[in-house]
Amino acid sequence: MSANWSEQRPLSPFTSIWRWHVTMVTSILHRASGVALYGGVFVLVAWLAAAAEGPKAYLKLMAIMASWPGRALLFGFTLALSFHLLNGVRYLLWGKGIGYDKQTADRTAWLVIVLSSLMTLAIWATAYWGLDLLKIGG
Amino acid sequence: MRTSYKNVTGLGAAHKGVDHYIKQRVTALALLILIPLFLFQFLSSFTSGYNGVMAWLGSPFGAAVTFLVVSASVVHMRLGVQTAIEDYIGGTLRKIALMLNGAFALGLWLIAVYALIKISFGG
Repeated sequence: MSANWSEQRPLSPFTSIWRWHVTMVTSILHRASGVALYGGVFVLVAWLAAAAEGPKAYLKLMAIMASWPGRALLFGFTLALSFHLLNGVRYLLWGKGIGYDKQTADRTAWLVIVLSSLMTLAIWATAYWGLDLLKIGG
Repeated sequence: MRTSYKNVTGLGAAHKGVDHYIKQRVTALALLILIPLFLFQFLSSFTSGYNGVMAWLGSPFGAAVTFLVVSASVVHMRLGVQTAIEDYIGGTLRKIALMLNGAFALGLWLIAVYALIKISFGG
């Protein structure tokens, strides 16, 4: 990229030469999870459309989502949603000028990683043992 | 959407921009409240199977919460992906991607609204 660069000025840093730090990870994950949730909204709307279509279409979609690839997808969406939702709070607070200093930003980054993992596990534990969510009801 | 500053000085070089920020924050705040509410109701109705889901989506409160979640999500995700497209894609491809982004978001919203109306009126 910089092969024909004649001026010896510092280049803007690329991700490949940065030492990875936690706020960088959460920033990248925020965008990645947001883009992933694009697919999540698609599945949500597909679910609404299937419910409106009738019981046959609904059960067909449920069977797809209850398969192992379907469950993996739903687990991924749960993780993306939990992370994006909790990390989004950091952005809202930063917009108000709160929590911007390096130490606080690092701490809240770790906090969000831990809490979003726990939130995902809690939702799935409730679904599996509490509500028996993935049983296809009629 | 206009801020009072923009009303005084007229349009900036980009003609808009603050409205992107404001819409993204307002929908974010709305979703922060709506998503837990939606998830809780969704999980409760889901266990009762198809009939339970239809009863919930057909109730005024269930339909309202679902409508608001879909509406806020669609606006929020269109703005978010718009930023990603503007960051990574250039030229004509960017214009096409931005149009597809808008069409996809609007299309999803229309399908969701149609589905909710159909369920509410027992079609």
